[in-house]
Amino acid sequence: MCQVGEDYAEPASEEPPPRQPGREQKCVKCKEGLPVVVIRAGDAFCRDCFKAFYIHKFRAVLGKNRLIFPGEKVLLAWSGGPSSSSMVWQVLEGLSRESAKRLRFVPGIVCIDEGAACGLSPEARAKTLAEMKLILQTVGFPWHVVALEEVFDLPPSVLRCFAQEPVETEGAYKAAVDSFLQQQHVLGAEGAGDSPSLAQGEEQLSWPCTQDPQNPQSPDRPPTAAQTEALSRLFDSVKTLTAKEELLQALRTHLILHVARTHGYSKVMTGDSCTRLAIKLMTSLALGRGAFLAWDTGFSDERHGDVVVVRPMREHTLKEVAFYNHLFAVPSVFTPALDTKAPEKASIHRLMEAFMLRLQDQFPSTVSTVYRTSEKLVKAPRHGCAASPPGPRCLLCMCALDIDTAGAALLSQGGPPSLRHRAAVLRLPREHEGLALRGPPATLHLGRGPAPQPELLPQGLHRAADPGVPG
Amino acid sequence: MTSPRGSQGVVGPARTRALSTSGRAAAQAPGSRRRLGPEPSGSRSPSTRFRLFSSLDRAACVLLRRSLPLLPRSDPAMPAPQCATCHKARAALRRPRSGRALCGACFCAAFEAEVLHTVVAGRLLPPGAVVAVGASGGKDSTVLAHVLQVLAPRLGISLRLVAVDEGIGGYRDAALAAVRRQAARWELPLTVVAYADLFGGWTMDAVARSTAGSGRSRACCTFCGVLRRRALEEGARLVGATHIVTGHNADDMAETVLMNFLRGDAARLARGGGLGSPGEGGALPRCRPLQLASQKEVVLYAHFRRLDYFSEECVYAPEAFRGHARHLLKLLEAARPSAVLDLVHSAERLALAPAARPPAPGACSRCGALASRALCQACALLDGLNRGRPRLAIGKGRRGLDEAGPPRDGEPERAPAPEAVPAF
Repeated sequence: MCQVGEDYAEPASEEPPPRQPGREQKCVKCKEGLPVVVIRAGDAFCRDCFKAFYIHKFRAVLGKNRLIFPGEKVLLAWSGGPSSSSMVWQVLEGLSRESAKRLRFVPGIVCIDEGAACGLSPEARAKTLAEMKLILQTVGFPWHVVALEEVFDLPPSVLRCFAQEPVETEGAYKAAVDSFLQQQHVLGAEGAGDSPSLAQGEEQLSWPCTQDPQNPQSPDRPPTAAQTEALSRLFDSVKTLTAKEELLQALRTHLILHVARTHGYSKVMTGDSCTRLAIKLMTSLALGRGAFLAWDTGFSDERHGDVVVVRPMREHTLKEVAFYNHLFAVPSVFTPALDTKAPEKASIHRLMEAFMLRLQDQFPSTVSTVYRTSEKLVKAPRHGCAASPPGPRCLLCMCALDIDTAGAALLSQGGPPSLRHRAAVLRLPREHEGLALRGPPATLHLGRGPAPQPELLPQGLHRAADPGVPG
Repeated sequence: MTSPRGSQGVVGPARTRALSTSGRAAAQAPGSRRRLGPEPSGSRSPSTRFRLFSSLDRAACVLLRRSLPLLPRSDPAMPAPQCATCHKARAALRRPRSGRALCGACFCAAFEAEVLHTVVAGRLLPPGAVVAVGASGGKDSTVLAHVLQVLAPRLGISLRLVAVDEGIGGYRDAALAAVRRQAARWELPLTVVAYADLFGGWTMDAVARSTAGSGRSRACCTFCGVLRRRALEEGARLVGATHIVTGHNADDMAETVLMNFLRGDAARLARGGGLGSPGEGGALPRCRPLQLASQKEVVLYAHFRRLDYFSEECVYAPEAFRGHARHLLKLLEAARPSAVLDLVHSAERLALAPAARPPAPGACSRCGALASRALCQACALLDGLNRGRPRLAIGKGRRGLDEAGPPRDGEPERAPAPEAVPAF
């Protein structure tokens, strides 16, 4: 009933209850081990098979899309939460020498301290920071901890969209892999001591294991009180929690991209899981971002030009992530966010999250259905609409504006808000002005603001003798 | 909010509880305050009354009642402002989207002007059109018919009322009585088309009986929606209409978008949005003039114009999946009032992969109507019903539907099943 093309039993019907992994049930994969976790609709996995399944998914997503070139510098955006911690852990394990088919890129970690936006005290922030540094040192990649206050120091160039790089073709990827392998082979033949470090053969980047992983350029000083004050003022001036969350996301994205550009990273990996992406998709729909869903929730997001954001965790559900972290002791740090402890109706994001998770209880395929729909979205203007050259871009999210005057005829009544738009003026054709009852007036303005005032026609109500509507 | 669980199975909130104005309210002076809320009327059966007070239903009532922006009668702390348009009468409400304070008459005029603008700017109903109004007796179609009647001289169109009798006992007969009263009051010709006549004796009650008891949901709305669109088309042809209009409002469109996303119906998402269908392949062009009006404004218009309509929910409504979407939409609207229009805006600009789009439609081999496959969906559903396998055309498996092939109990195929009739 829920899903097109599928029949679903009513929840209260006599469907056989999902079988608990009991003594007699074995792992569905290896048929030998005792299962420890049930994934999807009743697939029980034992510990080893689950680990293999999880890692395989991560590699498959990366390999299928062929966007990460060997030797490339990739920045991992780590928030401390379970999904991004899991991602960092996967990268760590994938780069180690023991793993089959090592990953071949050069990682760094960035962590944004958003305490000021969430209203945390400096002591709480320092404590969280200390915990994070502990984990970062264990992981061992070069790391950068940036406070959100530094967004005030960003140069205006972050808002300019850089020229798009040409799309890499299949041949280019293969060629890059081949050349990388050749270099490896050459270096190995030269007989240098095998250091366990990463990116052998990458000429501009080599760090022997003795180097202090902390990047010497990232300042270790806490932000000034004035900056913190300015940031809290900024967030207090935003009235609704929905808008605050959107603002925070925009600022965070710009900051991460700035760090990536400054330190020469060409890719950024974020830890959005399948569940989070499904919720994000529905939230974006409700916020009016239907035109940009492919960028917001797809695997790769190239709207910033030189730095590409990828989402390798997009096929892992939150349940899988949670179980993996628990079973294999992946360290993570809890940081309160803007909507921690917020009531369910406080923002669109919270509403959607609660709704999706509740619906998922009843119809277990909800999240995967929404995810599959998101895979069918493409990064293009809608078929038949706006074949014009790319127009101006939004300042905050760098997407092409989705207001066009042709379609705007319908949206004149309290039209949809967008972050930045020009007020488009729509004129009624002259032949219809006589048809107006008491309005609409000859000009209508899109966007927020009071509805246009209907004016009384001085000559009263009469029907203009026009030949008729063309077309 | 309590989650929709319980012995009733999937519970969906009722259709928005509208104000049932009727003749007895005619004596009130304009602009005076009316007590809002679901007024019990004598026509309700006890079973409906029980269903009315399911928890979600009441929550939706309360949300609507609290959110209707009627200004209080007199409040010494804050005297009601003047109407922003005529500056003469005291303002009776604030418009939900713009926040302007208007008196009743000016609000109705603004509402009519906006509908006129929608029709004119989208070139939906050219002069000389014979327009069949799908009249169900509910608030949307009542308001639609009334507004179109007011605008008919200016647009140069003539109206016909077409009502569809699905054969749902205890619901549709009462609604039809309301439609007949309206037709008499407006002096518009009314045609009633019944499922029983068109579809070989299959009323919705018979369909529900046929699909019940298989351990699955009855999917009544699937049958009813497809068959009703066919019935509307037939009725419109009977009266010689050139266009069909239905009373879908902005909230309906937003719910449809949410529902299609949650169900993963990429074909409908690709087809939806926009103004309606232009009438390809011999089907009559359809449109929805109230598409940009929010549900609250429709209710307010009916209130100020004292329209008589039928405000019960369908007997099968609590099972519908749309109930979830409706509940979510009410919450979203409370959090951010522009969410409704934002959803419609999003849906219009969705970019789906070409593979996900529905194929270009052809003609049904049995009835000649618009169809994506050999059989249109209405014929396919009826086929399944007649063969005693009502779920034949629903879901993945559409085998055995081709007329040549005998009915088989094969494995359902994995192909997605876009619906054939261009449903909204």
